[in-house]
Parts: sequence; C-alpha cells; structure tokens
Amino acid sequence: MTRALRIIASNPMSLAGLLLVLLIVAAAIFAPWVAPFPTHNTAVIDFAYANQGPSARNWMGTDLVGRDIFSRILYAYRISLGLGIVVLIIAAPVGTVVGLLAGYLGGWTESVLMRLVDVFLSIPPLVLAIAVLGVLEPTLTNAMIAVTVMWWPWYARLVYSIARSEREEGYVLAAEVIGAPTAHIAFREVLPNCLPAIITKMTLDMGFVIIIASSLSFLGLGVQPPTPDLGSMVAEGARYLPDSWWMTVFPGLAILLAVFGFNLLGDGLREVLGVDE
Amino acid sequence: MSLLSVESLSKTFQTPSGPVHALRDVSLSVERGECLAVVGESGSGKTTLANMILGILAATSGTIRFDGRELPVRRGPEHRRAIQLVQQNPLSSLNPKRSIGASVRLGLDTYGIGARSERWARVEAALEEVGLPGEMRRRGPSGLSGGQRQRVGIARALACDPELLVLDEPTSALDVLVQARVLRLLNELRAEKRLTYVFITHDLAVVRNVADRVAVFKSGELVETGETARIFTAPEHPYTRSLIGAVPVVDEDELQLRNTLAGEQ
Repeated sequence: MTRALRIIASNPMSLAGLLLVLLIVAAAIFAPWVAPFPTHNTAVIDFAYANQGPSARNWMGTDLVGRDIFSRILYAYRISLGLGIVVLIIAAPVGTVVGLLAGYLGGWTESVLMRLVDVFLSIPPLVLAIAVLGVLEPTLTNAMIAVTVMWWPWYARLVYSIARSEREEGYVLAAEVIGAPTAHIAFREVLPNCLPAIITKMTLDMGFVIIIASSLSFLGLGVQPPTPDLGSMVAEGARYLPDSWWMTVFPGLAILLAVFGFNLLGDGLREVLGVDE
Repeated sequence: MSLLSVESLSKTFQTPSGPVHALRDVSLSVERGECLAVVGESGSGKTTLANMILGILAATSGTIRFDGRELPVRRGPEHRRAIQLVQQNPLSSLNPKRSIGASVRLGLDTYGIGARSERWARVEAALEEVGLPGEMRRRGPSGLSGGQRQRVGIARALACDPELLVLDEPTSALDVLVQARVLRLLNELRAEKRLTYVFITHDLAVVRNVADRVAVFKSGELVETGETARIFTAPEHPYTRSLIGAVPVVDEDELQLRNTLAGEQ
C-alpha cells in the first residue's frame, strides 16, 4: 500500500488525479455540510436571486429559480459517483465472469459468449442506452440499468483476452494435470492475474460512466428534476448561453474535473499494478 | 508387471493443412522404480506422449495401462494423483499471484490428502524434501531463482505422493551448475521414494546421468529403445547414431583436431 502511494506520488499527474478524486469523493460525501445552501438540491425557489452571475454569495452564480449552482454541483456529484459505483459494481463482475469462462474454457462456451458480447459491442453505447431508456421510464434506476447493459461487455472482452493468454501458462497446465476443479482454476488461479487490469479499467471507467450518465440526463433520459445532475444542469443552462454562461460552464467544468481525475488516477494505477496497455 | 505400459498409441491432430501424425503406433513400458529417458528433437512426439500419459490429451487409438489397469483420459483422482508432472519452464509453472505454498498445496486439497489442519505442515515437509526451507511457503515465486522454482515444481509433484513422475525437460531452462544440483536431487528422490520417471529430454548428457533405459523418438515414431549403456555404446538405428554423434565429446584427440581446424581458419 505504501509502495503504491509512493509510485503514485512520484508522478505529478497521477498525484493530481488522486487528489482530484479524493476531493470529488469528499465533496460528494460531505455535500450537506459543505454546501452553502444545503436545501437547494430540491425544488426550492428564490426569485430574489434568480439568474445571477458569480458573486461572493453564490460562487458559481444561480439558476433561473435562484438556486445556488455550487451547492447543486456538490449534490450532483453524489448522483454521478453513486451511479458510477453501482454501474461498475454490477458490470465489472458480470463481464469478468463471462470473459473468464469464455477465455479459459474455450470451445463452444467461448463461441457463444463472445458472439453475444460482440452483438452488444456492435451497437453504439449511447444508442443502446437510449433504446433501453426508450422502453423503460427515464429514471435514475433505469439510467443505471441502461448504462450497465452497455458496459459489461467491455469487461468481458478485457478479461477474455487476458484469460486466453493465461490459459497457456504453465501454472494452468499444472492445475489441470492435478485435476483441480474448473472453478478453482478459473477463479483462484486465472482471475487473480486479471485483477490488476480490471481494477485499472474500473478506475478509468468511473470517468466515462459519469460522462455517459451526464449525456443521458443532458438528453433528458436520466435523472429527472428537481434532483441536481451535472448533465441536466448543462442542458438547462445551454438554452441561456452566452448571457447566463455560469449555468453551463460550471457544471461542465465539474464533469471535466471528475473525468480528468479518474483518468489520471487510472493511468497511475496502471503503472502501480504493472498492467500492460 | 510394468508400472506403465503404452500399447500401439497413436495421435493424429486435424489441422487446416491436413492431418498431422504426432505419434504413430508407439508401444513401450516402464518398470517400477525405473527411469526411462524419452529422447528426440522437438516435434518428435515426446510431449504428445507425455500429455497422453498425464490424461490431458486423448489418444486417437491405442491404450495406456497403469499398474495393469487401463487409464482413460477422464480419470479419477486416484489415477491423477499417482502420475504427476514436472514442467520445463520454471518461470511460468508457478502462479505469480499465489504463494508457492498455495501452489504446492493444490494437489493435497484436490485429492484430500491428509487432514485439513495438517496440510500446511505437509507442504512445508515437501519443500524441505527438495532442499528449500519450509517457511518459504509464504513467499510468492517472483523472488525465487530458476533453480528454486524448479524445486518448488518438484515439491508440488511430490506432495501428491505420486508413483510416476513425468519430467518434461526439467533442467533445460536452468544453467549448468543448477542443472547438476537438480539432477542429483531427482536421482536421490527416485532412490529414496522408489519413484518411476519418464524423463523427457533432448540433452544426452542428462540422459547418461539419470536414465536406466532410453526410448528414441523421431517424427512421432519410436525408433529404438534399450539400456542406456547399450544405446550409447552400440546404437542400432542410424538416427540414434546421428543423435549420439551430435553430442560434443571433448577428449585429447578431439581437442587437438579442433585446434587444428581453428588454426586453419
């Protein structure tokens, strides 16, 4: 652990990524205590301060009904991070199991599972998510389902390619000669050798899931008002550009920072865990 | 009765460019306590034979008998336990993400050897048997030398309490000094535990050190078998003669000849 921190700290970019991620996670967790207007995550209306630019009272200005944009961004991070975590906690294990079985077992299992994965990968992710949300109601839960459905095949493909090459390693042969159960070989022998790549990808993907979720809510398919969401904040503000620029720019920057932070941290982890690109 | 007998064993691989006959009508037997060297260049079918003995490859035709009973590919744990493998490449034969103790223990857990509570003690005993400290079981393979890793590979096979060891070029990836030590260890273990070896190698110097008998393979066929001494002094098959002729033998006359040749260049 200390070794990992030392490697990350030795690279200024990775360190910046780690600090950004820590900052964003802290902002999300402590939003109710840190936000200057902790009630502004709901349908509060305060027309006295509506549509005002950045000031000492509202660092990032206010929206059309007078809510503090900075406070809403802090709350929106909760939604974004929560969504990212839920999506990855489901998508990564599902994709890992599929990829592991296809890569280690080969034969028919491989053909069937990987063709299924190819079908999912052949549909542009956003289109697939929009299709899922077209069938289901556009809510936060359904947005998570939609993003998960489009996300697991990437893990399947990553783990599949690693498992396929690990299958040729001597330690797998040794376990097969001994006659160890298939589940043992797949999950106890091969899987640990896939974990560094999976963890790295999960970190990188946090950023991408946040972008996709924001895109969905930008299109009105994700989180519904009045719940604050970075994507819908950008969409809302975009109608009042360029005059009320703060309504768009600050939520946009918030998305950028989160994606940037997770990407830098992911690259740093790749180095720490010794994952090949 | 022979411990292992192979009767007219053949293996044909179907490839896009037509069938490849990896092994053709091979019959041989190995007595209990014996070390049979299987010699031949790469592609001669040595490893195919080994894989079929180990039950990870099905024969196209022919049978393998172990202790009088026919061995199917899908065999029970009792037969698997009795035949163990030591691999060629000590770098890849141990899982980099598991402790060497866990690798050695795998056979014990799979076959249910010993009570759960005493398996770690058995693992340590197996490591000590091959000349490694027992407490080394907690370490991963990354910090170990090639020779140490190969000893762990031998300990993993021995922990299963096998009767037959298939050694697939166990020393070819090691440097000469380490090679000699590992060979000595293998010889000692065979005598001590009455083990039977099928020793696959292309190194005839190694053959002279360990084998009682030699089986020479060429392009999937068994061309000659015989006592080691006889094979070296009076090889019958022309291919065996050419193999033995290719061994560098350095004596006074030959040195002189080499010097003369070097001087002429």
